[in-house]
Amino acid sequence: MRQTCLNMIYDLAKRDERVVFVGSDLSPGLLADMKRDMPERWYMEGITEQNLIGMSAGLAKEGYIPYSNTIATFITRRCYEQVAVDLCLHDLPVRLIANGGGLVYAPLGPTHLAIEDIAIMRALPNMTVTAVCDAKEMVRLMNATLDWPHPIYIRLAKGGDPVVSRDELGFAIGKAIPMRRARSRHAAVLMSTGVMTTNSLAAAELLAKDGIDMSVVHFHTVKPLDEAAVLDFARDSELVVTVEEGIRIGGLGSAITDVIVEHLGTAAPPVKRLGLPDEFPHNYGLQDDLFDIYGLMPAQIAASVRGALKNKVAAGVAAVNTSVAARA
Amino acid sequence: MATSAEAVPFIKLATPPLDERSKYLRKLVVRALEGGERGHIGSSMSLIEIMRVLYDDVLQYRPAEPGWRDRDRMILSKGHGCIALYVMLADKGFFPLDTLDTFCRRDSILGGHPEAGKVPGVEASTGALGHGLSIGLGMALGVRMQKRDSRVIVVLGDGEIDEGSIWEAAMCAGKHRLSNLTAVIDYNKVQSAGSTREIQDLEPLVDKWRAFNFATVEVDGHDVEALRAVFRRLPLAQDRPTAVICHTVKGKGIGFAENDANWHHKSKINKDLVAKLYGALE
Repeated sequence: MRQTCLNMIYDLAKRDERVVFVGSDLSPGLLADMKRDMPERWYMEGITEQNLIGMSAGLAKEGYIPYSNTIATFITRRCYEQVAVDLCLHDLPVRLIANGGGLVYAPLGPTHLAIEDIAIMRALPNMTVTAVCDAKEMVRLMNATLDWPHPIYIRLAKGGDPVVSRDELGFAIGKAIPMRRARSRHAAVLMSTGVMTTNSLAAAELLAKDGIDMSVVHFHTVKPLDEAAVLDFARDSELVVTVEEGIRIGGLGSAITDVIVEHLGTAAPPVKRLGLPDEFPHNYGLQDDLFDIYGLMPAQIAASVRGALKNKVAAGVAAVNTSVAARA
Repeated sequence: MATSAEAVPFIKLATPPLDERSKYLRKLVVRALEGGERGHIGSSMSLIEIMRVLYDDVLQYRPAEPGWRDRDRMILSKGHGCIALYVMLADKGFFPLDTLDTFCRRDSILGGHPEAGKVPGVEASTGALGHGLSIGLGMALGVRMQKRDSRVIVVLGDGEIDEGSIWEAAMCAGKHRLSNLTAVIDYNKVQSAGSTREIQDLEPLVDKWRAFNFATVEVDGHDVEALRAVFRRLPLAQDRPTAVICHTVKGKGIGFAENDANWHHKSKINKDLVAKLYGALE
């Protein structure tokens, strides 16, 4: 996904002379072909994230479309005020390419884990927040970035991610994609972003074997959130489960819950939010190890769905019993 | 006044008395302060001659066409000094003079920090310190890539350059040899909490900018002729950005407020104080 994203920057730069690359201190030889062919539009500025964002804003003010790239934690935490003021307040078309979103850098520890990036980026007015699920979808996103008039946060996954997206389902920023449709409108639905969509699809497969038919809706754009899609799938659903590779506070699940509560009121279905608790991860290992610790592997997601459905039934029985007792 | 004695300028200034134009512009500052009943007095007064010379004699711009492609770009990075900028923009016709009376009012275009897109002639929204130089160098790079002659001037406060982001930007501008970029430092030597010597000493300031590959000069920031002489020579070098360190006096022109950190910002400005401010300028 990362390499595809970088390749696309060069591809877009060939198509559109407004495109520039602004990196911090990335791999030797990164975008070497772009550097060779259009050196005036290739910048590597060192470990100066605050400056990198301000400089990108200045370039955007002069009509350029900067694709600005460094590690996700650094392009969000380190220069948050620059992102807020220089990019969002001015509403400039700068693209933040965030390497290692979520738990990708598991072995490197919490300084490198972008667990709250989605939450803090989506809190900023004018910011668009994206997390595609695979390299093919990255191509679709990058093509759509060229003429999007606002700043965009582009969260990258680990790379080598299985391709689950499908060209025929289309792509538009801000438009969720139903990846799997249950036969019944009342079925439970998984709503996910980034590579959690891959795990959610796998979880849905596991559940199908148990006779639990589910929809899976992929939100490659967390902001602006496709509220119509949320409501369309949530309105008659018996259960909504959100799945994200990040803390639950302020993330995709929060965004979806806001919409459901605000629009469906007492008719809202139960919502279960899967993601990280309010803590910095304590472990290392690989990304999958942290997925396992936080219940984000497919079998664990499936188990959470089963548990939530069971609780719902139990709660329903309890409600009926209470009602009967009250009448008696 | 404890800060006053510590804030004696490091070089001896032999500033000529303020002329009528400088006094007139300061009276416009007072007009805005009266309108808003608040404002950064000291921080605006130290900027007046810098702004005056830039807009009277140096910058290329069109008030009726603020986005004119070939204009020079001026970013007031120390956004809290915005009244000095508003005064110049009003004086040049970017918006009517009486807009100054609306300073900080509910529906005004003139807030306590300047906003691009809202105030004609304001290039960047500033107020959070340490942002302007990076934005300015990005603009300077963009202009240079398009082979246009526009210059980018970024006016910085001395307290502002405590920010590490300024030095990231300075390193970057030096690396790119941006001769179309000039950093102007309003070195009034008093920041919000006290003297810069006491709070965060910037010295040796000339050496710092030179070390970051800026062609650097010092000038009396209230001497109009001296400022003209420096600014008309921009860029000072063809292969580097320029830094102009302007030795100024916080609150310049308001005798009782000069060099006093207590006059950095005032709220609850009443009619009596307005009369005193006007009186100081007679």
